[in-house]
Amino acid sequence: MKDLASSALNTATQLGATYADVRVVDERSRALSTKNGKIGTASDARSQGFNVRVLVDGAWGFAASANPERKSVESTTARAVEIARASAKVKQSEVSLVPEKPVTAEWSTPHRIDPFTISIEQNLALLQKVDAELRSVKGVTLAETNLNFRREEQWFFSSEGADIHQAKVTTGAGYVAYAFAGSEIQKRSYPSSFGGQWQNKGYELIDELKLVENARRIGEEAVALHSADQCPEGVFDIILESSQLGLQIHESVGHPIELDRVLGMEANFAGTSFLTLDKLRTLKYGSELVNVVADARQEHGPGLGTFGFDDEGVPAQCTPIISNGLFTGYLSSRETAALIGLQRSGGTLRAENWNRLPIIRMTNISILPGEKPLSLEQLIASTDHGILFNTNRSWSIDDKRYNFQFGTELGWEIKNGKLARMLKNPSYSGITTEFWNSMDAICSRDEWTLWGTPNCGKGQPQQVMGTGHGASPARFRKVKVGSAYKGN
Amino acid sequence: MLTRDQAAGIFSRIRKYATADEVECLFYGGQSALTRFANNTIHQNVAEENYGVSVRTAFGGRTARATTNKFDDESLRDVVSSSESLSKVQEPDPELLPLPDAGEGARATQANGAVLSRHFEQTAKLTPAQRADAVGKIVGIAQKQKLTAAGIFASSDTVEGIFNSRGLSAWHTQTSAEISITMLAADSSGWQKANSPDVAKLNAEALARIAADKAVKSASPREIPPGKHTVILEPAAVLDTVGFAFFDFGGLAILDQRSFLSNRIGIKLFGENISIADDVYHPLQSGSPFDGEGVPRQRVQLVENGVVKRLVYARATADRMKKSGYAGKVGPIAATGHGFPVPNEMGEAPMNIVFESPREPKTVAQMISGTERGILVTRLWYIREVDPYEKILTGMTRDGTFLIENGRVVCGLRNFRFNQSLIEMLSKVEEMSTPVRTSGEESFDMVVPAMKVRDFNFTEVTKF
Repeated sequence: MKDLASSALNTATQLGATYADVRVVDERSRALSTKNGKIGTASDARSQGFNVRVLVDGAWGFAASANPERKSVESTTARAVEIARASAKVKQSEVSLVPEKPVTAEWSTPHRIDPFTISIEQNLALLQKVDAELRSVKGVTLAETNLNFRREEQWFFSSEGADIHQAKVTTGAGYVAYAFAGSEIQKRSYPSSFGGQWQNKGYELIDELKLVENARRIGEEAVALHSADQCPEGVFDIILESSQLGLQIHESVGHPIELDRVLGMEANFAGTSFLTLDKLRTLKYGSELVNVVADARQEHGPGLGTFGFDDEGVPAQCTPIISNGLFTGYLSSRETAALIGLQRSGGTLRAENWNRLPIIRMTNISILPGEKPLSLEQLIASTDHGILFNTNRSWSIDDKRYNFQFGTELGWEIKNGKLARMLKNPSYSGITTEFWNSMDAICSRDEWTLWGTPNCGKGQPQQVMGTGHGASPARFRKVKVGSAYKGN
Repeated sequence: MLTRDQAAGIFSRIRKYATADEVECLFYGGQSALTRFANNTIHQNVAEENYGVSVRTAFGGRTARATTNKFDDESLRDVVSSSESLSKVQEPDPELLPLPDAGEGARATQANGAVLSRHFEQTAKLTPAQRADAVGKIVGIAQKQKLTAAGIFASSDTVEGIFNSRGLSAWHTQTSAEISITMLAADSSGWQKANSPDVAKLNAEALARIAADKAVKSASPREIPPGKHTVILEPAAVLDTVGFAFFDFGGLAILDQRSFLSNRIGIKLFGENISIADDVYHPLQSGSPFDGEGVPRQRVQLVENGVVKRLVYARATADRMKKSGYAGKVGPIAATGHGFPVPNEMGEAPMNIVFESPREPKTVAQMISGTERGILVTRLWYIREVDPYEKILTGMTRDGTFLIENGRVVCGLRNFRFNQSLIEMLSKVEEMSTPVRTSGEESFDMVVPAMKVRDFNFTEVTKF
């Protein structure tokens, strides 16, 4: 790897680059799934390649190739330089980077069991067992299960002298039961929707998830939704269970704090952000109880945003994003930090793979649990009349991240501190800052889970990235409920 | 570029290493580049070259695949071994079909001229400097009007091929060029996007001028209450909503009971003026003329005068459907060349959608002039499915939303959230333009018209 990198960095420097970095990636993944008892997916994939990122004439160029032969490395590097010179034809100022001390380092995901050592037979047997449990419930018309494993090894070298080797392991699993009857399709997912739970962890995650133990309940809930009442329309106090709160954080905190969005760099696709620079340390983002961090360090937990170093060699950090309700920080890179006068990058530049340019991505954007002991049961008990929202079904937010609407798979009406009746098709909507300022209770550490969102899309060409979101259930006062079905 | 002969050679080596009863190789990849600009500056500018082979092996009712982007002997041995390891341990599936043979396979390749060439040298040879020159012109138009430009200019030259051990082979090459532009003003924005296999068909400056005009004209947006409004949806807004329908037009979606067409095939679901086909051979379409198993794609009339007439089928789905209780109730059942690579969960989908031209097409300008009060929508954003059977979608307007009064555009509007049933929407189309090749952000490219739709359901307004 070092030879490849030296060749690329030397070529880049000779051709006029003032900065260059090289990432070499070897990624292996396995996807297994079943659908109604049959194999849905059984696939392995391996992708290997490298890229060269250069600064020439104050502008960026990037080229990637799967071919690591010397000639290819040189021509790919020359291509990156040619591209950078073209970039320099349309610029308003020169790119500058905040300093970062180059390091030589090794980092790997702590894990007990390498998921690739578990036999395919054992994995398929587990999925078939879950599938059988789901379909043992009368009324379940479709059952889908999935297991996903990924191992990514990356070498990063820069012209400043960085030499970093990282190895990440990711495990994910989940399932869905669908029930079609009359004119309705209802579904329930476990542990969360859209792929289940994912963490940077080994196969030990699968045992922790208790997949088989929960399958029958999930199937029964999917069927029971057909007999449930439609979620009412109006203004209610609401409680979000932790996976839904995780997605709420992702959409209405995680994206708007991306500094590239704030600075207009994503305007054509992902959009911009209402969090203009004047709002830093002045905006009351949420109530006093709202404390959010962007934490990529291992001590935060095995989130999909946990790593040793980002993809430009900056060490993992914890950045306070919202502190007792006050907006206090952005997600930044070496370039964007320089643009707003920060002394150092927050270390959030990541790429999907070897063939993609690293861009600002969420790390683990988590709301901290309440300090006073509070269980979900106690939170429900302290709510006179409200609605509990469980497991995301739909999500949408405008391109500045103000107006959002979420639907969940299941709702419960709360009356006099008790779950009174199941509700189908629940949805709620609002304006980001009004919503976070209405939070008046959050459960404590025992109810806190670090959820993984494996499918966050951003960038052009689009890149899919995993992000982490720690959350415990929380209550929000006077929220608009039921708009999704209004007029339909 | 990876050639067909090189791929055939790799396939021969893979067959030598395989012990499976049957082997299929899908080849993919190419060269691609994308110049990205924002704040009137090129801030990201990338290029890559990559090719891969996905190896499917089958042992009597058991099948799996493995993929690599390395073609040396060791990597090919590994990928075959991975695929076989995943196949061998499965329980046999009695419904798994043998691979299609050459007769069943891809006859409709470029070789016999069934598809117009979708490979253009000028697109393939586009340089970073040429893309930068075009971006420079876009930025110049922005600066003249004190706007800020953001967007992309991308190009690619790609291959797609399939070889299997029953003698089937097919190969497709294609180029693609795409320009997308957002023009930003203090409190407004405008957007345009276009793509084509032939870069000569794209006019960056014309797109920039339209986007700039929208940004200027939507400045100081007014807020009006949400509710049911007549809307004129430009083609990109139509594309990004209707795209949510077509994954339900596969036979497997019906068998799985996850389609909004369950119990609705053969009845009038949409307006009389809605007719839709899937047609990879349409001159404005793109993509390869064979599916994930190498079966030639057929033109399929999905909707005729508002009635869902036919579904598309992968081979295995057609086989299952014929034996199911749906036979005789869902129109003709036969493999149509729309299957995804096997094994998969989704079965098939029509991906080359073409809306039929209306009898009396109207331009967007004509639609506006005939509208007493309505809303002109440039683009929709972050669309998600709220209800899978009634096909209620939610999303936002974006980058150019205008109030129409007495036949003319009077001002920009603050953006709305909608919650709209797609079935209802396609039942309330009053006027349509001639369909055009359209590209959006939420769906694959299609040939769709602009539409004037009554009673479009806006439920909220945002802050800009």
